Amino acid sequence: MKTLMLGNEAVARGLFEAGCAFVSSYPGTPSTEITEAAAKYQEIYAEWAPNEKVALESAFGACLAGRRSFCGMKHVGLNVAADPLFTIAYTGVNAGLIIGVADDPGMHSSQNEQDSRHYARASKIPMLEPADSAEAIAFTKAAYELSEQFDTPVLLKMCTRVAHSQSVVEPGERTEFAKAYEKNPAKYIMMPGNAKRRHPVVEERTAALVAYAETSPLNRVEAGTSNEIGIITSSTSYQYVKEVFGDKYPVMKLGMIWPLPEQKIIDFAKSVRTLVVVEELDSFIESHVRDLGLACVGKSKFSCIGEFSQNFIREQFDGTVTAGKTLDVNIPARPPVMCAGCPHRGLFYTLVKNKVTAMGDIGCYTLGAVPPLAALDTTICMGASVSGLHGFNKASSLPLPGAGSTADSAVGATGRRTVAVIGDSTFMHSGITGLVNIAYNDSNSTVIIVDNSITGMTGHQQNPTTGMNLKGDPAAKIDLETLCRAVGIRRVRVVDPYDLAACDTAIKEELAANEPSVIISRRPCALLKYVKHDKPLAVDADKCKSCKACMKIGCPAISMVNGKAKVDNTLCTGCGVCAQLCKFDALKKGDK
Amino acid sequence: MQTKNIMIVGVGGQGSLLASKLLGRLLLTRGYDIKVSEVHGMSQRGGSVVTYVRFGDKVYSPIIDKGEADFIVSFELLEAARYTEYLRPDGRIITNTQQINPMPVITGAATYPEALVEQMQQKEIAIDAIDALTLAEEAGSAKAVNLVLLGRLSKYFDFTEEEWMQAIEKSVPPKFLELNRKAFALGAQN
Repeated sequence: MKTLMLGNEAVARGLFEAGCAFVSSYPGTPSTEITEAAAKYQEIYAEWAPNEKVALESAFGACLAGRRSFCGMKHVGLNVAADPLFTIAYTGVNAGLIIGVADDPGMHSSQNEQDSRHYARASKIPMLEPADSAEAIAFTKAAYELSEQFDTPVLLKMCTRVAHSQSVVEPGERTEFAKAYEKNPAKYIMMPGNAKRRHPVVEERTAALVAYAETSPLNRVEAGTSNEIGIITSSTSYQYVKEVFGDKYPVMKLGMIWPLPEQKIIDFAKSVRTLVVVEELDSFIESHVRDLGLACVGKSKFSCIGEFSQNFIREQFDGTVTAGKTLDVNIPARPPVMCAGCPHRGLFYTLVKNKVTAMGDIGCYTLGAVPPLAALDTTICMGASVSGLHGFNKASSLPLPGAGSTADSAVGATGRRTVAVIGDSTFMHSGITGLVNIAYNDSNSTVIIVDNSITGMTGHQQNPTTGMNLKGDPAAKIDLETLCRAVGIRRVRVVDPYDLAACDTAIKEELAANEPSVIISRRPCALLKYVKHDKPLAVDADKCKSCKACMKIGCPAISMVNGKAKVDNTLCTGCGVCAQLCKFDALKKGDK
Repeated sequence: MQTKNIMIVGVGGQGSLLASKLLGRLLLTRGYDIKVSEVHGMSQRGGSVVTYVRFGDKVYSPIIDKGEADFIVSFELLEAARYTEYLRPDGRIITNTQQINPMPVITGAATYPEALVEQMQQKEIAIDAIDALTLAEEAGSAKAVNLVLLGRLSKYFDFTEEEWMQAIEKSVPPKFLELNRKAFALGAQN
């Protein structure tokens, strides 16, 4: 029966139908729903791993054991998993293994716009790229066939618009799959002697995959009525091209993005007057087309920055675009903000108040960088706050060249003003190794773990500190305090971020301490279902002196109306952080 | 049939995903090709959110571009004003008159524009503005704004009441069914 399915749910459906039995992933927009949807099938064992490297290695182990396996991540997650990726390219698989990676052109929810297709070429692993939900099911199933036929992991590449678009699919039945594990050291032990023999196998495999790509139904040519232009495209770019031109020009729609069907591309180029490559992000297909000695129009017209759209395609082909009317008024932006009642707010306010330099990390709390709090100094990647802090503090303590003194921002018992801020899930992902470095190489650093007891930004996924697993069952709960002490941090303390005075004391004391320390700022995310909210705060307008002290925390529930503070009852969770800022007692906590 | 385009816009957390899900179910029963495109993640945190619903004989692009929307269904007034460029010349805006201040307005860095409905009318933009929040509260919950707006949208399509009711039944939990039916009816009437 036909139904609407999200692209990511369709990948999960493909996994189910193909007999996939093992899924290990780390959440990351826009990839998260693949694993969440897979977990809903009883037949699939699915888990959140602490990071993408662990997830991929686990999925590889599962495929060795003879079960079709999957590992999902966002584009930057593949950087974390790149180490095993390049070597399992050599070992190949036993049962099929798919690595799902979702790019985020336009950076809706990402820190960079990297193009994951380069990984396919670099690691010599074939990559399939569906353009809608029906293809997401079909390509997932095809990927397992390819994986086993060619003895290789297969990359399945999604992007935001395919991952987060629903389109019509017709689900099928599941076919079970299992095979036995057989010991094969020459294939699976990648020490130099064996790896040297595997590399030529990989090159032969790629050549065989090129031959496969020539005739594979994954790559198709759709006829056009005019051969003035011929377009090579894939994924969501294909949809925009078809939206604009329909059947006007012939289109080569690539479903297998690596390796590319070279002869097929050469033949297609010969059949049209001008060859155009339409692809989002980098020049990947275009570069290969040029390597084949073919002239084409590509990145000179179609930017490597941001997402495309049908109007963008129209404009680049010199078509006209008629936008609707605009108003003669400035429409204020509506950026995402930290939620009302967010436990991170009180901590960030305290950091700002103490003029602390804060190395930030990846998660909801990155929103602490936005005014009016503007509490963060850096955001790079998962875990970088902790390791970056170590380097910052070490460098700040080095003598300046030609002088006997240290830099202005120097460490020392009283001068230290720099901290790392990292979430609970991100800390487990890759903050812990940075903390080991702080302990081992003895930097006088303070790491703040903002523990909201969930992976927040990606929509509430469990992690090793929450005591629950992906399926919602009770699981081992990593105790952050014990973990930090175990790596050698003696000063570990917990504060409630709703308590501004306690936060202030903790930050002042730990910055003054002459050894590494960890502050765990602990309170569950206000959006969690089990978190009970207090009654909204009430403003005593007579007491409000319009000083706007309560506005400093950037809470979306508070605004100034006719010069007086006003609390939005539908948003306020009664956390009371604003009341602690009011010197005139104008904000009152309601009864529970 | 030429592809029809409905944009649903609002503020992250207002419940626009349910509206698009319900529309998808309704359209599926008529056998259309459909694409519904959402954005998850960071922008959901109180930011401006957009969902695209497209249906017809064959739908390629998952998104709606400037000048293409037949309808913009807006959960918040400022968001309706933000996206007028996306409307076709013969398109129509259906908007909730509720105002939610964005952070730049809250901090005083910007002001919430006045008389937005009138400004849109002056530009000869077809606009259907309703106090969906009050109607939703009348139906029993402020959260039913989405059903009030869908009720209003239903006036412009030839789907039968039965078709709408089936889609509503499939999309909301049984214990909220009556409330949502009522909200839908209030949106269609007022």
